[in-house]
Amino acid sequence: MAVHAKGCLDRGEKPLDNVVSAVSMHNITKRFGSVIANDRVNLEINRGEILALLGENGSGKTTLMNMLSGIYFPDEGSISVDGRDVVIRSPRDAFDLGIGMIHQHFKLVDVLTAAENIVLGLKGRLDIKGASKRIREICDAYGFEVNPDQKIYDMSVSQKQTVEIVKVLYRGASILILDEPTAVLTPQETEKLFAVLRNMRRDGKAIVIITHKLHEVEEISDRVVTLRHGHYVGDVATRDTNAQEMTNMMVGHAVSLNIDRPDPVSPRPRIEVKGLTVRSEEGLLKLDDVSFIANSGEILGIAGISGSGQKELLESIAGLQAAEKGSICYIEDDGSREELIGQDPLKIAEKGVALSFVPEDRLGMGLVADMGLTDNMMLRSFREGHSVFTDRKGPHDVAQSVVEELSVSTPSLDTPVRRLSGGNVQKVLVGREITTAPTVLLTAYAVRGLDINSSYTIYDLINRQKQKGVAIIYVGEDLDVLIELCDRILVLCAGRVSGIVDGRGANKEQLGYLMTQVGGAAHAK
Amino acid sequence: MQNEKREPLIHISRRGEISWQRAFAIRALAIVLALVVCAAVCVIMTGENPLSIYGTIWQGSFGSKRKIWVMLQEIAMLLCISLAVTPAFRMRFWNVGGEGQSLAGCLACAACMILLRGILPNGLLIPVMLIASVLAGAIWGVIPAYFKAKWNTNETLFTLMMNYVATQLVAFFCVVWESPRGSGQIGVINLNTELGWLPTVGGQKYLLNVVIVALLCVAMHVYLRYSKHGYEITVVGQSIKTAHYVGIKVEKVIVRTMFLSGALCGLAGFLLTAGTNHTLTTTLVSGRGFTAVMVSWLAKFNPIVMILTSFLLVFLERGAGEIATNFRLNESFSDILTGIILFFIIGCEFFVTYRIHFRRGDSEAKIHV
Ligand SMILES: Nc1ncnc2c1ncn2[C@@H]1O[C@H](COP(=O)(O)OP(=O)(O)OP(=O)(O)O)[C@@H](O)[C@H]1O
Ligand SMILES: [Mg+2]
Repeated sequence: MAVHAKGCLDRGEKPLDNVVSAVSMHNITKRFGSVIANDRVNLEINRGEILALLGENGSGKTTLMNMLSGIYFPDEGSISVDGRDVVIRSPRDAFDLGIGMIHQHFKLVDVLTAAENIVLGLKGRLDIKGASKRIREICDAYGFEVNPDQKIYDMSVSQKQTVEIVKVLYRGASILILDEPTAVLTPQETEKLFAVLRNMRRDGKAIVIITHKLHEVEEISDRVVTLRHGHYVGDVATRDTNAQEMTNMMVGHAVSLNIDRPDPVSPRPRIEVKGLTVRSEEGLLKLDDVSFIANSGEILGIAGISGSGQKELLESIAGLQAAEKGSICYIEDDGSREELIGQDPLKIAEKGVALSFVPEDRLGMGLVADMGLTDNMMLRSFREGHSVFTDRKGPHDVAQSVVEELSVSTPSLDTPVRRLSGGNVQKVLVGREITTAPTVLLTAYAVRGLDINSSYTIYDLINRQKQKGVAIIYVGEDLDVLIELCDRILVLCAGRVSGIVDGRGANKEQLGYLMTQVGGAAHAK
Repeated sequence: MQNEKREPLIHISRRGEISWQRAFAIRALAIVLALVVCAAVCVIMTGENPLSIYGTIWQGSFGSKRKIWVMLQEIAMLLCISLAVTPAFRMRFWNVGGEGQSLAGCLACAACMILLRGILPNGLLIPVMLIASVLAGAIWGVIPAYFKAKWNTNETLFTLMMNYVATQLVAFFCVVWESPRGSGQIGVINLNTELGWLPTVGGQKYLLNVVIVALLCVAMHVYLRYSKHGYEITVVGQSIKTAHYVGIKVEKVIVRTMFLSGALCGLAGFLLTAGTNHTLTTTLVSGRGFTAVMVSWLAKFNPIVMILTSFLLVFLERGAGEIATNFRLNESFSDILTGIILFFIIGCEFFVTYRIHFRRGDSEAKIHV
């Protein structure tokens, strides 16, 4: 199948005359035990071009790029840089060849400043002043906004990412690889990043970007290379393709890209939040007098720039966050109420409140990284039964059905989840939370890091829960999806509710406005 | 241009999964190599025939029926303390206080034997001794756990210091209960009456201990692997945040697990004092609390594998000791040998986790572009 696809997507139409090859990977194969992460992959990276690397979760994108940045060494195949065959043994070799990679998990030292982090590990005399000057020059040249003297722990995710990019440029990289850089950025921050990338392209750098967001691929890239199950599927010029075609290439068959929005089924209040005020451990106001009602059989979207209190809101409902003031009531079908504030997750569950929670930090909070799929499924159910022993049969079946339903790619049900690709980890978590038959489903960035096909599968699953009468609170960052999926959208701005709008008929401008300004209703109080 | 391309002579990569046969082969090879190096060192130092040195090592553990029994007893006691610290280790609670917890057990046991003799009949005295020992060990374990759970103190330091407290307490009571007067030692307790001594089973002094520890080993395996408590311990050890998220009470699990850990150390103390040694000294546990840390780590916290690792450590230590005495070498010589052996055993784990690729020969060279 792969060969066929490659044939029909020949890159004959590309203007070959002005293309300068930066890297070419030839017949690269990489295995992890019995898993073949890359199978005879060929890849050309050109200067002055932004290449988007596409593929479903677990298709081998990160692995392929890790072989360029010296983290893995290919089992077979050869790599040449600027026409010369090279061997990349370590990240240092990669640096020497001018290859720099920005990983999804940043590797910065929190207590040091940006400049200190950037020069860290370089040979020669330490000259912070000189370094700061050069850092400023780099920033001016490409339009970064970095303060070299700022400490990393004071920085937002997007600032940290900028530091990583500057670090790579400082070391003279001319080939840049970014692994899902936009997954943690807001749309505004993404715009800024893209502007910088365009400047770098103009400067003749070769850039590879991995992303699952097709509109970003269309916006930023010149060329798209697709991988499927570790195979190279083909490459096309971005202007000759569209989202539908790219998806088909990734998945291998036609898929539809529409999000359904069934009408709510007999909605009635399920969670009532009143005057909720939460402070962080440092005493910062995270939620300020938040009030709303989430109905059963309805999806309530939560929008807001990152850090506006989304995390605290979900964790308060889940019993993981102490509140300063206010109340959160769970309302049963018969109208009886349970106060959730001051309860822990166990007590909440014992009261018969079936709450599911997909936290933002999957491996840190939702799952145990070193446990297999079955044992991770057990996290929710291990207390069941009176025996002192755990029942593994049930969780095993759950794991089996999650793997089948969400097509999780994993060697076995006992593989530690840390070994799965980012997207597959997310599927395991979402799958588990949905199968516990909740009455309230809280999700934070449920599709972050998921490929487009899996994202639609998740939307589908969420919709099915909605039709079963589950009250869903969906924290999302993609406004288009929020508008298409949610019945109502609550917008948070700096911990306050700046507005609740109807999903049908909402538009991005209106939401964007509410995200940055506290709207009339909340102000009036 | 072509000749600029060189594959690295060696490169190291992490193994995905390794079959147990292969892992076993690597470890066996390490032990063989360790013995070869040990023999070489001995030959250089003593000029003896290496075969006779191996013979001596073997003699150290298997030389006579008595030696075999002593070895079994040593294994049982080491294994018992190793099993005790393992639940804590699984929880990533670094309990290096096995020594003190066991000693607390010894102390409580001896106290009962001395203070309650003649007051309680033997049939009642022994259960009371058992309970006292287990509780004393448990208290020694729970104190650092409580501080950890409440104020997040460092458990390694805390458990370590509790060892010294226990040692000093024992030293104090050795003087209080000294017999004969002025000796500063306790000597054998109830030598004539044998009150509070565990009965001899099957005509073998050590058999009872060995059987008890064997049962404990299986029970611990089942507890850690299949029980709800065992599962909670693993989750807490892996991620405290996840534990909170699913409603596991982390503080409770820490205290409960250290209660168990300390209690089993107390049991080891009971077996030492009531079962075999019938005395109390500050060195009664003789460093097993620390060796146990190694036994447990080498076995990757698996109770069944710990039978092997504790056997290995006891066997090697006794062999090294035998060499030192037989060839009239300094006591430290056996430490040198044990050091060499441990170097290989621990070092081989590198080869179990990582794979080393050598540059392939030209005949197999890859096709270049
Ligand atoms: N260190 C590893 N050990 C074992 N298997 C691995 C390892 N790293 C990756 N894999 C496997 O290799 C395959 C490719 O993984 P990779 O991380 O490259 O996917 P990806 O395309 O980046 O996916 P995603 O979009 O989810 O990030 C997956 O099946 C994964 O389980
Ligand atoms: Mg990836």
